Amino acid sequence: MLKGRLFKISSVLFGLLVSIVTFAQQRFPRPDFESDYKTPTLEIPEPRHGILEYADVLILLIVLLLATRFVLQKRSRKGILYLSVFSLLYFGFYRNGCICSIGAIQNVALAIVDPSYAISLTALAFFMLPLLFALFVGRVFCGAACPLGAIQDLLIIKPIELPVGIRKSLGLLPYLYLGLSLLFACTQTDFIICRYDPFVGIFRMDAKFNMLVLGGSFLIIGMFVGRPYCRFLCPYGVLLNWMSKVSKKHLTITPSGCVDCRLCERSCPVDAIKKPVADPVSKKKDINRFLISSLLIPLWILAGGYVVSSAHVYLSKANRNVQLAELLISHPEIKNDPDHIDVQTFLTSGKTMQTLLGEAAQIREQFRIGGWILGAFLGLAFGLMFTRKTIYRNRTGYEPDKGNCVSCGRCMDYCPVGKPNFEELIKTKIGTQS
Amino acid sequence: MTDNSENNAQNRREFIRSSSRFALALGIGGLGGLVLNKAKAGEYVWQIDPFECTQCGRCADECVLTPSAVKCFHAFDLCGYCDLCGGYLKPGAIEMNTAAENQLCPTAAIKRNFVEEPFFEYTIDEDLCIGCAKCVEGCSSFGNGSLHLQINQDLCVNCNQCAIARMCPSDAISRVPYDDPYKVKGDFTKSKS
Repeated sequence: MLKGRLFKISSVLFGLLVSIVTFAQQRFPRPDFESDYKTPTLEIPEPRHGILEYADVLILLIVLLLATRFVLQKRSRKGILYLSVFSLLYFGFYRNGCICSIGAIQNVALAIVDPSYAISLTALAFFMLPLLFALFVGRVFCGAACPLGAIQDLLIIKPIELPVGIRKSLGLLPYLYLGLSLLFACTQTDFIICRYDPFVGIFRMDAKFNMLVLGGSFLIIGMFVGRPYCRFLCPYGVLLNWMSKVSKKHLTITPSGCVDCRLCERSCPVDAIKKPVADPVSKKKDINRFLISSLLIPLWILAGGYVVSSAHVYLSKANRNVQLAELLISHPEIKNDPDHIDVQTFLTSGKTMQTLLGEAAQIREQFRIGGWILGAFLGLAFGLMFTRKTIYRNRTGYEPDKGNCVSCGRCMDYCPVGKPNFEELIKTKIGTQS
Repeated sequence: MTDNSENNAQNRREFIRSSSRFALALGIGGLGGLVLNKAKAGEYVWQIDPFECTQCGRCADECVLTPSAVKCFHAFDLCGYCDLCGGYLKPGAIEMNTAAENQLCPTAAIKRNFVEEPFFEYTIDEDLCIGCAKCVEGCSSFGNGSLHLQINQDLCVNCNQCAIARMCPSDAISRVPYDDPYKVKGDFTKSKS
């Protein structure tokens, strides 16, 4: 009885309250309870303690320092292996792969172009530390501290040697990925590195199906082609490569002089061992090729800039504001679709069409300018790749390719120089290789 | 003679290498300095502004976690303790009781407890809540709006770019300082312990 009456009363109240605009704070005032009912307090769980974020930086620093010691002083593959397992467990599975140095590129880029974006010190430290280490001791980060590298490295079963042509052409993909991620980050469109990180879903043990397929295929390919993500996609690898190329110190295959035993030849899973050059190419022909390809670089830059900037309309479609503006223009009838969340939210937000179009036009303009920069960058990378192909250097022993070497330390294990059973190693193993 | 030119070549290369190293070091240093200027001490976490939220329901689907780290929070001091609760009961519910067919929540995460005639207390079982905002929509349309969505910082993995923030149609999700990680509705919650 009472319930029924109350229902009617409250229904009437509803009608009134919904139809009349009320300025009162609460539609239904908080009741004065007659019983001794106590309002429960709302539990608000605290986030992980902020100090621990700095602990991550400290741990990264320690891992990098230890890796440096293992690579340069101890020459211990085992040490690097254990470190990479630790990094996989800690930065990967425990910290769920966020924040990572690769993704931090985007934070740094956005912090530079957007004055209102506040970057956290952790992200900055994660971006800077591996680069600084690469500048002085090579890419120890890749070998020991990167969880993405570690998960691939641990699953290498039988790496095949890729032909140089494939290696070099696929090696341009990271430049493209780096450029695109910077373009998308700077236009506040998306953080594509994080979104398409193939392994972060595995670290979280909670991946969307398509990302699981992507991550799984990288791991399966990685059993036979060492570290496919690192070599052919990782945008941070591009920066590390530059740093490592001119690094002050670097991992060496042999502790003293190379004896050309060729034991290390097949040890490198990422094809980063430079073999001795037997007969140098004629210098005259070489210089001509070098000059021509160098002179072509400005053309590559212009062509790249032109091509990418003319694609800016398509690229800008990744931005959600541009997407919405385009949708509203091309399909005005969508305004009547009550199920289209974005359109309905926009219509009720009170934002005018003009503002939206203005924003979209501005973003598109950013994409046009960014397209020129990105294209020029890609052109430069392309041109430099060709120029580099014309440079030959005489080499007598086996050396790591400083740019591409990820300091995993496998080659050090294979090198017989300085090992107690030197003679035996040379005799038994050299016979098995043709 | 050849030895000498070899040596020269070596020296030249070493010079190029060390000067590029210097240039790169300067580059990173400059970049770091530039960014450091803007860097804020302290960390950031993602949070929903309940006053911007339009209850579109994407929080349930877009989060990288399953179920979502977004949960319904109940500001008890805002609640009217209504019998006819717009957040608890389906529109057109046959009866006002806890029968499953009357509940709006798809996972029955809202518990309805009788306090005294005619008031009922509503609490959220966070383990069941999927952050779909159905109850939030009901409560904000017909009630006081005491039910609202917040990102549970205990569950959130704090992605570099929040996947929900990217898809949020009303830009209700933003980064907030770690020290003040919630935008909970109501008064008493402001004074955080």
